[in-house]
Amino acid sequence: MFDHISMQLLLGQLLIGLINGSFYAMLSLGLAIIFGLIHVVNFAHGAQYMLGAFVALLLLNHLGIPYWGALIIAPVVVGAFGLLMEQTILKPLRHLDHLYSLLATFAAVLIIEGLMRLEFGSTGLPYASPLPGGVNLGFMFLPYYRGWVVIFSLVVCIATWLLIEKTKLGAYLRAANERPEIVESFGINVPRMMSLTYAFGVGLAGLGGVLAAPIYQVSPSMGSNLMIVIFAVVVIGGMGSILGAILTGYLIGIVEGLTKVFYPEASNLAIFVIMIVALILRPNGLFSSPESSR
Amino acid sequence: MTRILLLAALAVVALAAPFFVYPILLMTILCFMVFASSFNLLLGYAGLLCFGHAMFFGTGAYIGGWLMKEGGFSIELAFAATTLAMAALGWVVGLISARRGGIQFAMITLAISQFVYFLLLRAPFTHGEDGLQRIPRSDLFGVIDVSSNLSLYYLILAISVAAIWFFYRIVHSPFGEVLRAIRDNEGRVESLGFVPERFKIVALTLSAGLAGLAGAMKASVYQIATLHDLSFHVSGTIIFMALLGGLGTMAGPMVGAALIVMLNDHLAQFGEWALIIQGTVFLVVILFFRRGLVGELQAFIRRRSAKA
Repeated sequence: MFDHISMQLLLGQLLIGLINGSFYAMLSLGLAIIFGLIHVVNFAHGAQYMLGAFVALLLLNHLGIPYWGALIIAPVVVGAFGLLMEQTILKPLRHLDHLYSLLATFAAVLIIEGLMRLEFGSTGLPYASPLPGGVNLGFMFLPYYRGWVVIFSLVVCIATWLLIEKTKLGAYLRAANERPEIVESFGINVPRMMSLTYAFGVGLAGLGGVLAAPIYQVSPSMGSNLMIVIFAVVVIGGMGSILGAILTGYLIGIVEGLTKVFYPEASNLAIFVIMIVALILRPNGLFSSPESSR
Repeated sequence: MTRILLLAALAVVALAAPFFVYPILLMTILCFMVFASSFNLLLGYAGLLCFGHAMFFGTGAYIGGWLMKEGGFSIELAFAATTLAMAALGWVVGLISARRGGIQFAMITLAISQFVYFLLLRAPFTHGEDGLQRIPRSDLFGVIDVSSNLSLYYLILAISVAAIWFFYRIVHSPFGEVLRAIRDNEGRVESLGFVPERFKIVALTLSAGLAGLAGAMKASVYQIATLHDLSFHVSGTIIFMALLGGLGTMAGPMVGAALIVMLNDHLAQFGEWALIIQGTVFLVVILFFRRGLVGELQAFIRRRSAKA
């Protein structure tokens, strides 16, 4: 069955899958951090990613700040916006059923996306690539920018994972998740740490948005389609498992690319088929650890 | 006594309404009342947030529409067959998702509904983006003509009342008691020898059947079934309806459904603002009025009678 499929097509789609996977991994990483550490299902993650892309676009068009500046400024701006959201709508719901915070962020998406569409319309806006040109790999032409996205997102994912699993700060966070009272008794301001965790996860979404701006069109609805895929990735990886989210993100991107080669009609379905199979075989997620299975 | 009077007044209003209000709007309200009740059964009584409930509604619209258009089914058989088919889908979804509670259930049902969406986008009988158009309003029992808006209204009214009565019976049965117990304390129910998972699957099956019936009714009202009916947007709207009216109260989600359908009817001209307003109201309800309109009203009455 492989005869009629050219190597070129296969490798090309694999690379596209890897690039999509980079976005899946970065976004589901943020979602997993927020869920795993403060038990909020952040439905606004896609909208916050979209805001990151818009901040980059506005910085360029109105202040003349180029991509590289936006890469630092936009996540901070979006993270600050996340902090505002956390203080106003998530904090009052902290001690209620998690369903309420999920629904609150969902309502926020309606408002954010509606306002953005009102201001910028629904059509996608272009953002010039900061790294024009590319290199011919023999089997395909690789734009430099896409190569940069793959490498940069990998670095971000590994750094974040190390931050949470290997540093003292990460240890505080994980401890506060398990036994907030005890951590508080050490003199650590747990509520503030939780707020900042949310802001950090949201900032990651904003960073993803900046990375995406030159590849995809910048539009108010760019995050909502991605959102459901990201949810599926987090479910497959095991809710709240950070490593699981990263690995599943790349895995799903690549599998999606391969389906496009072998059975294009099913490429949209592949993710959900994997999710259903994974749920039946490993209900707690592929990479879940025992304590995260509740 | 007051309850009988209230029901009688409601019956008079429902019977006379199509002479004063556009029947299509009334039928839309009825369809969404049934749909919202089916959602209420899950979230309000069993504590399960189905975040992709539109999959049953939208697929029901396609199946009901297809049976009447291509299958030559009479309208009541098309509705009955759709209800059974969607109950079967609900059962399958339950098998996959009922093991997980809370948030995970929400995310899994959302993803399954997306799966169904893409599946129907590809399926030939749905006609992709165009939708299934010109669905006939088949004769009732094969002989009674219900193609006019007025006669269809009374049919939809009768079926909706029956569906809501069925919902009432479920909630007030021992089965409904167990569902509420699962919602409030799952571990305790398990320790009493019940298997919560099975109850959840049955709840999902019943709820999906009702939602499918609502979808089939909507297909007969608008004579069209589209992908929008099973889009994520509709799933969100139904959550909003239920929450606004009051989860876990019989009437709440129905009141919410009626209000939102009428609100959307008015807001349609404002385009983008409609969603922004909806989102804002939604947020205010979540932050300040989590009991919903009917829930707050009941609490108010209870406080009053406690004082008196």
